[in-house]
Parts: sequence; structure tokens; C-alpha cells
Amino acid sequence: MHPAFSVVFFTTATGAGYGLLALLGLLGGFGVIPADFWLGLIGMALALGLIAAGLLSSTGHLGRPERAWRAFSQWRSSWLSREGVASVATFIPACMFGIGWVFFGRSGGWVAVAGLLTAAGAVVTVCTTGMIYASLKPIAQWHSRYTLPAYLIFATMTGSVLGNALLQVFKLGSTAMLVWALLATLAGWGWKLATWRHDDRLEIPTTANTATGLAGGTVRSIEWPHTEENYLLKEMGFRIARKHSAKLRRITHTLAFAVPAILLAIVYFLPWPLGAIASVLAAPLQFAGMFVERWLFFAEAKHTVTLYYGR
Amino acid sequence: MTCLPARTDRKLGLVIDLDTCVGCQACVTACKEWNTGGHMAPLTDTDPYGGHVDGVWFNRVHSYEHTTERGGRTVNFPRSCLHCEQPACVTVCPTGASYKRVSDGIVLVDEDKCIGCKLCSWACPYGAREFDTDVGVMKKCTLCVDRIYNDNLAADDRVPACVAACPTSARHFGDLGDPASAISQLVEERGGVALMPELGYRPTNRYLPPRARSERASKVDAPALEPIKAEGGFLGWIDRMLSD
Repeated sequence: MHPAFSVVFFTTATGAGYGLLALLGLLGGFGVIPADFWLGLIGMALALGLIAAGLLSSTGHLGRPERAWRAFSQWRSSWLSREGVASVATFIPACMFGIGWVFFGRSGGWVAVAGLLTAAGAVVTVCTTGMIYASLKPIAQWHSRYTLPAYLIFATMTGSVLGNALLQVFKLGSTAMLVWALLATLAGWGWKLATWRHDDRLEIPTTANTATGLAGGTVRSIEWPHTEENYLLKEMGFRIARKHSAKLRRITHTLAFAVPAILLAIVYFLPWPLGAIASVLAAPLQFAGMFVERWLFFAEAKHTVTLYYGR
Repeated sequence: MTCLPARTDRKLGLVIDLDTCVGCQACVTACKEWNTGGHMAPLTDTDPYGGHVDGVWFNRVHSYEHTTERGGRTVNFPRSCLHCEQPACVTVCPTGASYKRVSDGIVLVDEDKCIGCKLCSWACPYGAREFDTDVGVMKKCTLCVDRIYNDNLAADDRVPACVAACPTSARHFGDLGDPASAISQLVEERGGVALMPELGYRPTNRYLPPRARSERASKVDAPALEPIKAEGGFLGWIDRMLSD
């Protein structure tokens, strides 16, 4: 599958944004972290900013972005429509929570309810995003039991690392938050390793034989219907060289998981502000690593239409 | 509405005979010609005379070499929308632009509602949908809805353009939901198959596999060619010089 920049950025940014939003909604709403104006303002701006930037970016790949409002109508059948509805609906409790927590400096009561609803909305939205990919049968690497949990785990991971950085900067960091961010990163790493292991051993039942209805033997493509790459090959026939794939996987291991995990581990031993600097450093590095991971998620996904082209 | 109908009154579709298709591309050009002025018009071409020609086509003919223990054969394979009974391209559509008709089972796109998110083309395992980069919407085979119900055409011409154009009658059109229809009988008789049945899209179109190789064909007992004799004289000398 062609890794369109707009979609790769969209899923990476909204993942981190919803992860952070859910974290702030729960911790802020129930008063685990104190209602500090600047912490709240920067935290909420970061979370909602990432979400808004991602959503805007996703409209960038539309052929007719001016009709995007129509995408809210088919929630009964379409995961993409459900994602649109859930993402916009989440803004309502998020705004209420933000006003109560940041501007009124309150927690508990209705702010806690709004925070809880915000977190729930974030989880639902990330699930709908994951299901868009997990529901596509022609792409075996996506239509797997690994896809939906991956979206949830990675959103939790990137949101938690971002949240930890924020709290560390405001001298509100705690061992519990640090350990949570570290565990989430390790969980993400484990899930990605398991996913790649699964994908590398995948035996896809759909072959050139079933695609053409020609039973038995081998079916070899000897002539394409067109001389140049068409829409299908540009969109679905994207291929990545094996050596690049291996290299990009190593970059993902390093940037998305190993380096943030090491940074978070040493934060425990570092005094402020060194601990804060290491925490802040972990967040953008992990974001960059997850961007590569998401790029690979597309680039390594093989669509059944490529079978018709002998690929 | 992108929820699928529980059942359709008819299941209009195509049956393609892989035994008689000669890969002449007549159906491809007939489809393009009709549809670039039809229901889903235009079928935009970009850089049509340049080095990076690209464009929207509803019907593409591939060629394959099918090799089994009984030998190899060339199979020409037209590929177009199969008007599935479980078309995920319809259910994934967020805007309601894609729909499956209750009356005849044809899968269509309402171009005025399409936002060009391309998700339907990802959901189609057969590569039936092609994006029009110029108009910014998705396009696909309409089964020539503007021909098959067209009272302005003679009754014989009320078939999809690809079917009308086929010089070897390798393409058949009809109601595959009616077991008594000629097309259903043909599928029954020739053991027509659905493509990628394991994915569960339940395509309406069927492909008739190539017939078994016949042993009845006459053997040609022509004598083997004689080796070319080098002639004498000047030409013979040149031949000998060049042969070494």
C-alpha cells in the first residue's frame, strides 16, 4: 500500500493526541495531577493540537475535501464514518473538561465526569481508526488480530511518554507516571515484535490461482493491460525493497522503543532539570520512530490486486 | 445508504469465457468509448500522448501463462467490477456515495457525494475501482446502466458495451440470480467459478475456465525440415565462411 504522508501523519499524530487527551482527562479529572493553569493549557493545547493537525492532514488526501462533511453520515456501516463521528463527538467533553480543569482550576464532580467521557471518547476514536485498517480483507497484514490492539497500545504509549514529559517539565513528575510510560513503551515494543513475527510468517490463502479462477499449477503474468503504472499500482502496488524494509525496522526499534525506554529509565536517577530534558527528548524521538513504523505499516502491506500483476 | 440490501430482486452480471477470450481488447476500448460519455463520465486520461500516460478504465485485460502438469496455455483475462453480493467497497464508504441497487444488484457510485477518500478501492480485492485524479472522485463499472435499460437503443443492443463489442462472444450478460436464465445455465454447464471466493465477497460475475485440452485434434505428420545445403559457387563460399 502506498504510504501517503497525510495518512501516515494523521494516524501517528492523532494516536499521540488521543493518548495524551485520555491521560489528562483521567488524571486531571480525578485530581491525580493538580489543576495548574499553564500545565493544563499546554497539555490540552498539545493534545487537541495534535488531533486537529492530524484530522486536517487526513483531509489532505481527499479528492473533494469540500464535501468532507458527508463522511459523518454512514456510521451504521463504515468505520471511517464512525471515526469521523467519534473524533468530533470527543471534542465536546474534551472542551468541557478543558474549561473546567484549566480555566476554573477544578477537578472532581462534573469535571471528573467530563474527563472520563473525554478518555472514553479517545479510546473509541482510536478503536475506530484501528478498525478501518483491521476490517480490510484484501490486505492480510492489516486484516489481523494484531492491528486493533496495536493502535490502542501505540496511542497509550505515545500519549504516556508525552504526558510524562509534560509533568516532568512542570516538576510534577512521579515515579508512577515514569514507570507507566516505560511499561507502555515496552508493551508497544513487544507488540510490534510479535506483529512483525506474525506478518513474516503469514501464509495468505489468496493466490494468483484463486484471483483468476485458474485451478492448479502456476499462473504467471505475461502481459499487463497497460504499459505505465496505473492508479491501482500507484495506490495499492507500492513495493519496498527488502533491504530498506530491514533498515527501517531497525530505525523503528531504535527510535520508537529502545531510545525512549533507555531515556525514561535514566530519568529515574536524574535530578530536575536533567530528568525533564531526558523526558522531553524521549517524546519527539518516539514520535519520529512511530512515524517510520506507520510508514512501514503501509509500505509492507500487500493488497490482493497486486496478484493480478504478478507481484 | 451504504448498508447492503438483504437481497436484490435480480443479480445482473457478466459471465466471461476464458476459453474463447482472445485478448483483443475490443471490450476494453468499447467500454472506454461508451462510458467516457456515459453515467460516470468522463473517464479522464492524463498525459494521453506522453510518456506517463494514465487514465480511468473500467475493464482491463491481463494475459497469463497457466502451467499445469498437462502443459502450458495462454489465458487472456478481462478484469472488471464483479458486482459482489457482499461488496465491502460499499459498506466502507463514509458518505453514502457507494451503493448497491435493490432492483438489480448493480454497485454504483454517486459522483456528487464522493469525497475521494479512496477507501473503497482499498476494500475491493479485485481492483475494480479507479480514482479519477482530475475530477477527484472514484469511478467504476456501471454494468452500462445507461445501455441495458435504454429504450432508445434496439432491444439487441441493451447489453453492456463490452458484451456488444466482443467478437468471439466470450462475454455474456444476464440475471445470475435466476437459475433458469440462459446465463445461469451456461455457468452451470461450464462450471463457472467466482474469483477469490475465500474472501467472502460473493461476486456475481462468473468466469468460465478454459476447456480441457482436446485429444481429437489431427496430428500434423509433416516431414522435418531438411538442413540447408551450402550451395557451390560464390554464394556457397560466403555461406561457408559465415557459418564457421
